[in-house]
Amino acid sequence: MTTLAEQTQAERTSGADLLLSGITKRFAAFTAVEDLDLLVPSGTFFALLGPSGCGKSTTLRMIAGLEAPSEGSISIGGVEVTSLPSHRREVNTVFQSYALFPHLSVLENVAFGLKRKKDKQAIQKARAGLELVELAHLANRKPAQLSGGQQQRVALARALVNRPQVLLLDEPLGALDMKLRRQMQLELKKIQTEVGLTFIHVTHDQEEAMTMADVVAVMNGGRIEQMGPPRELYELPRTAFVANFLGKSNLMRGTVSGQSDGMLSVDVAGRTILLPAQRAVHTEGEVVLGVRPEKITIDRAPLAGENQLSGTVVDVSFTGTTTEYLVQVEGIGLIGTFSQNRGQQPAAEGDTVFLAWEAEHSFGLAGDESVNAGVPS
Amino acid sequence: MSLDLRSKAELRAEKRKNRTGVYLVSPGLLVLALFFALPVVILLAMSLYVKPPGAEVGEFVPGFEISNYGTVLTAYWPELLRSFFFALIATVLALLIGFPMAYLVAVRLREKTLLQGILLVLLIAPFFSSFILRTQAWKQILADEGFVAQALKFIAILPADGHLTATPIAVVAGLTYNFLPFMVLPIYANLGRLDTRLLEASGDLYASPIVAFTKVTLPMSAPGVFAGTLLTFIPAAGDYVNSALLGNNRDTTMIGQVIDSRFFKIIDYPGAAALSFVLMISILILVTIYIRRFGTEELM
Repeated sequence: MTTLAEQTQAERTSGADLLLSGITKRFAAFTAVEDLDLLVPSGTFFALLGPSGCGKSTTLRMIAGLEAPSEGSISIGGVEVTSLPSHRREVNTVFQSYALFPHLSVLENVAFGLKRKKDKQAIQKARAGLELVELAHLANRKPAQLSGGQQQRVALARALVNRPQVLLLDEPLGALDMKLRRQMQLELKKIQTEVGLTFIHVTHDQEEAMTMADVVAVMNGGRIEQMGPPRELYELPRTAFVANFLGKSNLMRGTVSGQSDGMLSVDVAGRTILLPAQRAVHTEGEVVLGVRPEKITIDRAPLAGENQLSGTVVDVSFTGTTTEYLVQVEGIGLIGTFSQNRGQQPAAEGDTVFLAWEAEHSFGLAGDESVNAGVPS
Repeated sequence: MSLDLRSKAELRAEKRKNRTGVYLVSPGLLVLALFFALPVVILLAMSLYVKPPGAEVGEFVPGFEISNYGTVLTAYWPELLRSFFFALIATVLALLIGFPMAYLVAVRLREKTLLQGILLVLLIAPFFSSFILRTQAWKQILADEGFVAQALKFIAILPADGHLTATPIAVVAGLTYNFLPFMVLPIYANLGRLDTRLLEASGDLYASPIVAFTKVTLPMSAPGVFAGTLLTFIPAAGDYVNSALLGNNRDTTMIGQVIDSRFFKIIDYPGAAALSFVLMISILILVTIYIRRFGTEELM
């Protein structure tokens, strides 16, 4: 018996490009999505990441055809689908609530889409789909008899077996507990690689987006703040929102005081911090300078390093593998960092400590940004 | 026998809990015993009474006259069959009229709570006036000079000299109207819980709105439809008001009407009791077959 993955390999349609142009969605009281342009190349695992209410789910619903955009157009594989109703789009969704049909068996649920398309092999394909998610032995159960994780996998199989041009995932792991979630993330990624479909995954969990996706788009207030491979987004955020929402950042205000050899000198509360010019959004005037916590070394003795600060430890928390510190630096504020627990004597509250990082790890944002944008509250 | 691992205190608590349950259901059981079980037994006994030779009208003595059943069945089987037939048509009509009503109020108007409330009140409002009065009103509605008859005559569905009153149509119309809320309310209660996200999911899975209705909405509303049809069919089959007020005493007589006149006009208690029993048993058989065939897990 051929598996779904093998069938897909044979046919190799591998999804289709998805293009959103100028998409705006207005509801009575507010604008959920504003003038959104997006190109997702076929076969990409794409994540739409953002806090709740940022418009990511609305965007997904518009792609699925469950919501009509107020303006703009959507095309899949070069074909305009903006005005097509959901049942005529080659798009399937894994819903956050799973939305499994309670009156149908697991197998019938998975075969639902195939049967609507009058696929003669609906039942065989549904069985193969259940094998892919390792639930073939539960084919005759009703959804209510399955655990949350199993229901999630049925929902995934139900969408996957149709081999849609684009597969949409609306926070499908949101209802699962941490451990199961990690496991499902890996499985989802594996399945996507196997079947080669275009996946669009909506989530508010930045770790989930970074682990799974080839490309992440960070959404905020109905717009895309920044888009790119996870590592690029993490290492070089271009807005304060991205810097704070995707991982943590230490952001400080400063003024560019000079430039030499492509390196900016930034005056931060009287200290000079180095910032590579190509890592800065603005190269003169007011800037917001940032550095990721793990790039900073902390010690009670003065350190070597291009950028140096010193301050007083105000909070120490032990997390097992690391110890996290909050350091009050005069004129700048709180700087967060951590060190691996390798047997060294940790700094205690009230200790004076030295912080250092390499200039290449600094990044520069526009000077008018709020340093607290995107900080989870 | 498996070993019970619970302590004495736990067992006592368990017993106490069971006793509380018994206390709580006892008033209900008492009422049922006094006002249902006992009358049924009396009815059964009465259906076997005999009329002694030379007795006056309404004079019977206890006996074991099984032939009472044969006598009434031979005489009234057409009325019995007709009752079930009328009830069946009325149930189907009530379903055809009631389901869209329930669907409109429960699903389509889900966001519009005010309108939903108004329509629900309108649905229940007829209960605030007398059953007899409402049935009488249908005489006016279907009268020769009334709007319905005139309209039907105008489009030549009804011949110019035709009537609607005192016909089987009038009786079935009355039954349908009177029991419609019993059909609508259970379906409404069921559809009110329908998760519309399932309809979105079926659209996402290539089901057109019509297919989504037949494959998701309809099968999921089965328990409501099931309850509604039972609640309509059972009282409709035993009804005598509609056939008495809207019928013609020839080809519209239903079994309830016969039982009524046996009891109160002809004063044939054993015959009336026997017919009541036959009606009860046949409804029970029909309903059992129906439940076996279409019953859903939720109702079993």
